[in-house]
Amino acid sequence: MSLADSDRELVVEELGREPTPAEAALFENLWSEHCAYRSSRPLLSAFESEGEQVVIGPGDDAAVVALPEDGTDENHSSTYITLGIESHNHPSYVDPFDGAATGVGGIVRDTLSMGAYPIALADSLYFGDFDAEHSRYLLEGVVEGISHYGNCIGVPTVAGSVDFHDGYEGNPLVNVACVGLTDDERLVTAEAQEPGNKLVLVGNGTGRDGLGGASFASEDLAEDAETEDRPAVQVGDPYAEKLLIEANEQLIEEQLVESARDLGAAGLGGASSELVAKGGLGAHIELERVHQREPNMNALEILLAESQERMCYEVAPDNVERVREIAQRFDLGCSVIGEVTDGNYTCTFDNGSGDSETVVDVDAHFLGEGAPMNDLPAEEPSQPDTDLPRTDLEAAFEAVVSSPNTASKRWVYRQYDHEVGVRTSVGPGDDAAIVAVREAECGLAISSGAAPNWTETAPYVGAQAVALENATNVAAKGATPLAAVDCLNGGNPEKPDVYGGFTGIVDGLADMCETLSTPVVGGNVSLYNDSAAGPIPPTPTLALVGTKAGYDAPALSVDADGDSELLLVGDHGLEREDARLGGSEYLRQFDGSDRFPALPDDPASVVDTLAAVADDESTRAVHDVSHGGLAVALAEMVTDEAGLEVSIPVDGGVDPAHVLFHEQPGRALIQTTDPDDVREAFDGVAPVVSLGAPTDDGTLEIDIGETTLETDADAIRTLRSTIESELE
Amino acid sequence: MGIVTVSIVRFGGSNCDRDAERALDHLGIDAEIVWHEDGLPAETSGIVLPGGFSYGDYLRAGAMAARSPILNEVREAAIEGTPVLGVCNGAQIGCESGLTEGAFTTNESARFQCEHVSLRVERADTPWTAAYDEGEVIQVPIAHGEGRYEIDDDRLETLEAEDRVLFRYCDEDGETSPEANPNGSKHDVAGVLGDRETVAVLMPHPERATLPDIGPTDGQGILRGFETA
Repeated sequence: MSLADSDRELVVEELGREPTPAEAALFENLWSEHCAYRSSRPLLSAFESEGEQVVIGPGDDAAVVALPEDGTDENHSSTYITLGIESHNHPSYVDPFDGAATGVGGIVRDTLSMGAYPIALADSLYFGDFDAEHSRYLLEGVVEGISHYGNCIGVPTVAGSVDFHDGYEGNPLVNVACVGLTDDERLVTAEAQEPGNKLVLVGNGTGRDGLGGASFASEDLAEDAETEDRPAVQVGDPYAEKLLIEANEQLIEEQLVESARDLGAAGLGGASSELVAKGGLGAHIELERVHQREPNMNALEILLAESQERMCYEVAPDNVERVREIAQRFDLGCSVIGEVTDGNYTCTFDNGSGDSETVVDVDAHFLGEGAPMNDLPAEEPSQPDTDLPRTDLEAAFEAVVSSPNTASKRWVYRQYDHEVGVRTSVGPGDDAAIVAVREAECGLAISSGAAPNWTETAPYVGAQAVALENATNVAAKGATPLAAVDCLNGGNPEKPDVYGGFTGIVDGLADMCETLSTPVVGGNVSLYNDSAAGPIPPTPTLALVGTKAGYDAPALSVDADGDSELLLVGDHGLEREDARLGGSEYLRQFDGSDRFPALPDDPASVVDTLAAVADDESTRAVHDVSHGGLAVALAEMVTDEAGLEVSIPVDGGVDPAHVLFHEQPGRALIQTTDPDDVREAFDGVAPVVSLGAPTDDGTLEIDIGETTLETDADAIRTLRSTIESELE
Repeated sequence: MGIVTVSIVRFGGSNCDRDAERALDHLGIDAEIVWHEDGLPAETSGIVLPGGFSYGDYLRAGAMAARSPILNEVREAAIEGTPVLGVCNGAQIGCESGLTEGAFTTNESARFQCEHVSLRVERADTPWTAAYDEGEVIQVPIAHGEGRYEIDDDRLETLEAEDRVLFRYCDEDGETSPEANPNGSKHDVAGVLGDRETVAVLMPHPERATLPDIGPTDGQGILRGFETA
């Protein structure tokens, strides 16, 4: 890949000369889709990113959001969280272990550069069919990579999602979100402050790894990508990252950093030019000063290598010595590579001959922002026909509950240290995680995920549903949405149908987040997720955080309290006797199609009411109803100690399968000792149906129409252990 | 019992040092994190070797840290009776440095495992277990990839004869079994004593089962060993 002709013409016009090889390579990388969002930026204005709680919105390394006082008050505290999300899709296909590991490293450094300490990770992973050997190979490698890196750096992985869909066969997705903790005094941005300040590079030595990663991420994956593109994948060193986290912490505590940017896509050239461009400034960098790991590197390699675990700091001249001491204490390399200027972004290189040659001399703003946007044709996705399979209810129950998509993900999250940091009050395997932010006496609920079946069926409504589903997850733990970041994954945008689907997920996600008053404060776009097998389903991963007072939450499982009732709230399919199965795991299992279900009329009130009810003292358990529908939610609530006896009211003409397996989001099951109170709370907000009561014997009995399904906790555990039993 | 100041030794790659500090602080036990190159402060009256991945575990878990100069100070302090508790990576360092016998090596599953397990208290007459009854079952989480206790048969026999196994993995009823043993540890050993009962190492994380605001607190008694030792 090289700089496109039309881009080269623009560059020549701006510079008044041909670009040098280093400049051409810089433009090629920084103007790539991966860095410049040329095909997606025109769409991203759909997102509402502002709100009183938003301190720094999109455009920096990570977003910064103020936590409410005591988790609930209207007033915002001076304790901030950072939110960031990143994709590492192509590298994870080529080299799953290192590709996923370095994805974690990158998003953690984005957190560091805001003056924050990383406190939680969430990973949303998407693979081809679980039955395919290659998918399992990728799953094992990716999970091991995340585990290796995240565990070693001591940041708990508390939430996430794993989905399997044949559309990811040649192009898995690895989306990693990080939450950091900072406050008004520690906050640092990636905006260069003052000409004359020094630029200091701290971290690993620079080698030839990951050259051209940004432009690699902006191409379709070829069939031979696994062997051809391996040099474009970086290798991570979590030990160095951990040292960098602690060194950064000390630099921040001693207030030695004026601005910071981590080195990610397009390496030093990307980080340093973006840093000064954001401040409306320039820089002079002497490339030979960069500490290197390999001999005889040329200017272009030093400028663009994507060696991991490196940070670029703007430091006042008087503080440079202290920064050097701290780096040395943590065994990290440190070099003063140049300074901030008010001129162009220039790089010189002396290859040892004593002659210094100017290899880059461009306007930083033009380099960062000058890429022309693409105006691409989009084709409206079509509505699926209705073609419904006939099934045996018991067989359907077993197939859906044991599907890898709805089955237990314990095999995955058991490999992640989800408790280091002693903040995890609710860990993975629940609707949402809860992390204790004692600094603001605030429980932070975290949910992350998308739903390929939903957005494949209906990109716009499916993406709305993804947003509502994540919000319902945090509400089930008693938290109210605070903010979100998104990772928008799509195929080749130059194909109108692909771009049409992508446009749909962007608008759907944006509209629902706005409806839920949840600002989307940052994100990441990954396009060209195509392989020989075709494009991926458009995949809008949303990592959403909510807040609550305290760190406790109702359990997901029922208890055997005989004086309680089980209520289903928000099920419009049941209410209207029109439960659409589109996007469901059921149709995926039995090959059918249908429209996606209608969403609640007032989703914001559903979420707010659910959050309030969840924290009521008469509430014994709450579980979000989504993937796999009511059947899966009921199955997940049963334990050896407590079962459920449930009767679902359906009319004669309604197929029970629709009621059990439709996946309309914005629903929850609530076990309560005060059902009237719950009915009153949801009056005018969402329908409430009493389904039955808990038992003390671990059995699940579902009466629906003419059929009775009977099973127990042990059998359900076996059904849900699909992933574990296949991979152990 | 005088005023206790526990030094939590931080190596590059330690990651449970702050957690240990927070947990001890919650119990009212004075603790501070000490950078390994700075050596032990004079007032040290207890030592935690915390969990994490010292030196990235690149050679072998705990092997590099065990050979760092501060471990000489830790060994001397241990001989003089200063209580020493090694947790997870700290337990690996303890074994690598000879503070305790045996070794913690790759889990039977060959994977990292983060989960809650049950431990049986094998003896209650040590500082670390004085808060429990002998045979009591406590819930403490594990998070390790290399926690399988390994030791040759003769030395294990001696260890058991000397009653130096402190904790064993078990089920909720206190029964040991292959199913209740999460990592394949020999004789279900989760934690052992050194030459003195003031020196102990264990793979499970008591500091993760101490703070009541996030969950169960069965691990508190182990950390209280610094008060009773």
